[in-house]
Amino acid sequence: MRIALFITCVNDTLFPRTGQAVVRLLERLGHEAVFPTEQTCCGQMHFNTGYRRDAQKLAVRFVRTFADHDVVLAPSGSCAAMIRDNYARLGRTGSRLERAAAEVAPRVLDLSELLVDVLGVTDVGAYFPHRVAYHPTCHGMRLLGLGDRPTRLLRAVRGLELVELADAEECCGFGGTFAVKNPDVSAAMGWDKARNVAATGAEVLCAVDNSCLMHIGGTLRRQRSGVRVMHLAEILASTEKEPAR
Amino acid sequence: MSGTFLGMPAFPTAAESAVADPQLRHNLRKATRTIRRTRRTVVGEVDDWAGLRAAGAAIKDRTLRHLDRHLERLEEAVTAAGGHVHWAADADEANAIVTGLVRATGESEVVKVKSMATQEIGLNEALAAAGITAYETDLAELIVQLGEDRPSHILVPAIHRNRAEIREIFLRTMADWGVPAPDDLTDDPRALAEAARRHLRDRFLTTRVAVSGANFAVAETGTLVVLESEGNGRMCLTLPETLISVVGIEKLVPTWQDLEVFLRLLPRSSTGERMNPYTSMWTGVAPGDGPREFHLVLLDNGRTDVLADEVGRQALRCIRCSACLNVCPVYERTGGHAYGSVYPGPIGAILTPQLRGTASEVDASLPYASSLCGACFEVCPVAIDIPEVLVHLRERVVEQGGRPGERAVMAAASWAFGDERRLGWAQRTAGGARSLVPRRLPLGPAVAWTDTRDLPEIPPEPFRDWWARREKEDGR
Ligand code: SF4
Repeated sequence: MRIALFITCVNDTLFPRTGQAVVRLLERLGHEAVFPTEQTCCGQMHFNTGYRRDAQKLAVRFVRTFADHDVVLAPSGSCAAMIRDNYARLGRTGSRLERAAAEVAPRVLDLSELLVDVLGVTDVGAYFPHRVAYHPTCHGMRLLGLGDRPTRLLRAVRGLELVELADAEECCGFGGTFAVKNPDVSAAMGWDKARNVAATGAEVLCAVDNSCLMHIGGTLRRQRSGVRVMHLAEILASTEKEPAR
Repeated sequence: MSGTFLGMPAFPTAAESAVADPQLRHNLRKATRTIRRTRRTVVGEVDDWAGLRAAGAAIKDRTLRHLDRHLERLEEAVTAAGGHVHWAADADEANAIVTGLVRATGESEVVKVKSMATQEIGLNEALAAAGITAYETDLAELIVQLGEDRPSHILVPAIHRNRAEIREIFLRTMADWGVPAPDDLTDDPRALAEAARRHLRDRFLTTRVAVSGANFAVAETGTLVVLESEGNGRMCLTLPETLISVVGIEKLVPTWQDLEVFLRLLPRSSTGERMNPYTSMWTGVAPGDGPREFHLVLLDNGRTDVLADEVGRQALRCIRCSACLNVCPVYERTGGHAYGSVYPGPIGAILTPQLRGTASEVDASLPYASSLCGACFEVCPVAIDIPEVLVHLRERVVEQGGRPGERAVMAAASWAFGDERRLGWAQRTAGGARSLVPRRLPLGPAVAWTDTRDLPEIPPEPFRDWWARREKEDGR
């Protein structure tokens, strides 16, 4: 299958390894990944902070860029949710944006949805001999309703030991500009999350959103906990021949 | 809204000290987690909670759409049952009406059953200014009043206090207000409740005027409904000669039958009970039974403005169950006082800026007092999409000027994202300067970040450059 990648601005700029892992994984499974180069950002940050007009422009750019693709993979739960839940609301009723958004929105998928629902695989042939905790991110869990798809994928990874994370469903406190606007509360939430992660004894914390991982990972590093953070795609791309670093 | 909240700092500042208070954090964490757990259990027992929730939302929406008609019907029914209806456009008007009604009785003391509407309008302060003392009779509300404190939770206003603190407050203050606390008072919950009961008993038997709120007002019959756990409310509603109820205009349900849905939704969502211990209902006056005079003050105080906002009006569905507070990770770490309003937590963050407007610092900061995690929406028994309203109100704040620094950052991001070449250029610039970015920053907006977290390392090559290189190498 030919799958269009929406790598997202944060992944593109700060976490290119996630995008590369997605490409390796999809190609290993026999699919073709394409990267429409006109893509930039879904507009989530602008939208969530109250800058609606800027978000609208980015939404228009997005729907134009991906109009001709049947399946769009966004390896970021919150960006996928932004497009699926909010794009239609961004355009006025009956507007061209509203119609285009309604068309493109259901085709935008998170990695775990693409693998489990569309490609029909849970065992992707990965090998990752480490103890892993999974954090189900708010948008992945509540807006996309990913359910147990990510953990099913992780359980099928050879060598991987999945450990239980206490208060897993609680927000890590990142929340985009929330982390900057309410630094004390955000940090307090992050510290509680990091403490729960460290208590699992895991070597790696996994999620489907690098923004949350950046926040939790930065806290874990400051606490010198020794726990690394990794996007689900990186673990699934890992094999014996090409182990994830 | 209540004068006690005027001049509050913006949420992030108010939250700072709360977050740093380990006792407060401990009290809140313990209390909210306990309620959360019981709520989850009893909600799980209902066969079709989702259907019930949808019904609750639908009834409220339907009512709000024709609120004017239902209000007129309520007025007719209350009047026909021997009550008096007063209309108050704002807090001052409502306070003047209640003060006048109490004065007319010749009394200078009133008992109160917990009412958010009267807190919203600052009734106790207004009465005090007129020489009338208001005694709170709800246990948690009594603790707040005796401690000269402010409520911090919709349902458990003294949630921020633990047992030891409550014992200390009772011992220190009860004697000044009436029946003193026993000298050997312990911090056993039962002993504390008993001390409060004795303190209040005398009050109920001697006070001739009561002020209440209401959870619901049934338009077709003119019936008012109060749900409570202690029975103190029932004493207030039945013993005094004059009863004055201050009720927000959104509390209406059209028919008696509509109540059924809410009597199931509310206790389970709020206290985690299958049914609440005391449900009191009264319709006008009944000779020889209960108060001889009944006044209903219908309060607008910004509610018609909220009604006019298509997105924001869903906040008026709220039945004040406080479930959203109990699941909110932000509330759990800041407590209610940081919200600078009678309505704290997620519902406060959307209701307060709508009722008061977003002109002041604190009101403009409230729509941002959320990480948009969505837990509040998930739990709300009338399906208020709180994150949606938060973002909607953020747009309003931005439209009225926003923060210049933030504006500049957003404009720069917009510019870079407006075209993939600009984005690539920005990425390469950042990548080129990667060795210059330290783990901790001394200045700028990212300081707050690096105070407690490390920044991620900027990679040498963004994804798009890696992709282009790969395409070229593959000779595609
Ligand atoms: S917004 Fe919903 S959850 Fe929060 S208090 Fe109101 S009804 Fe309850």
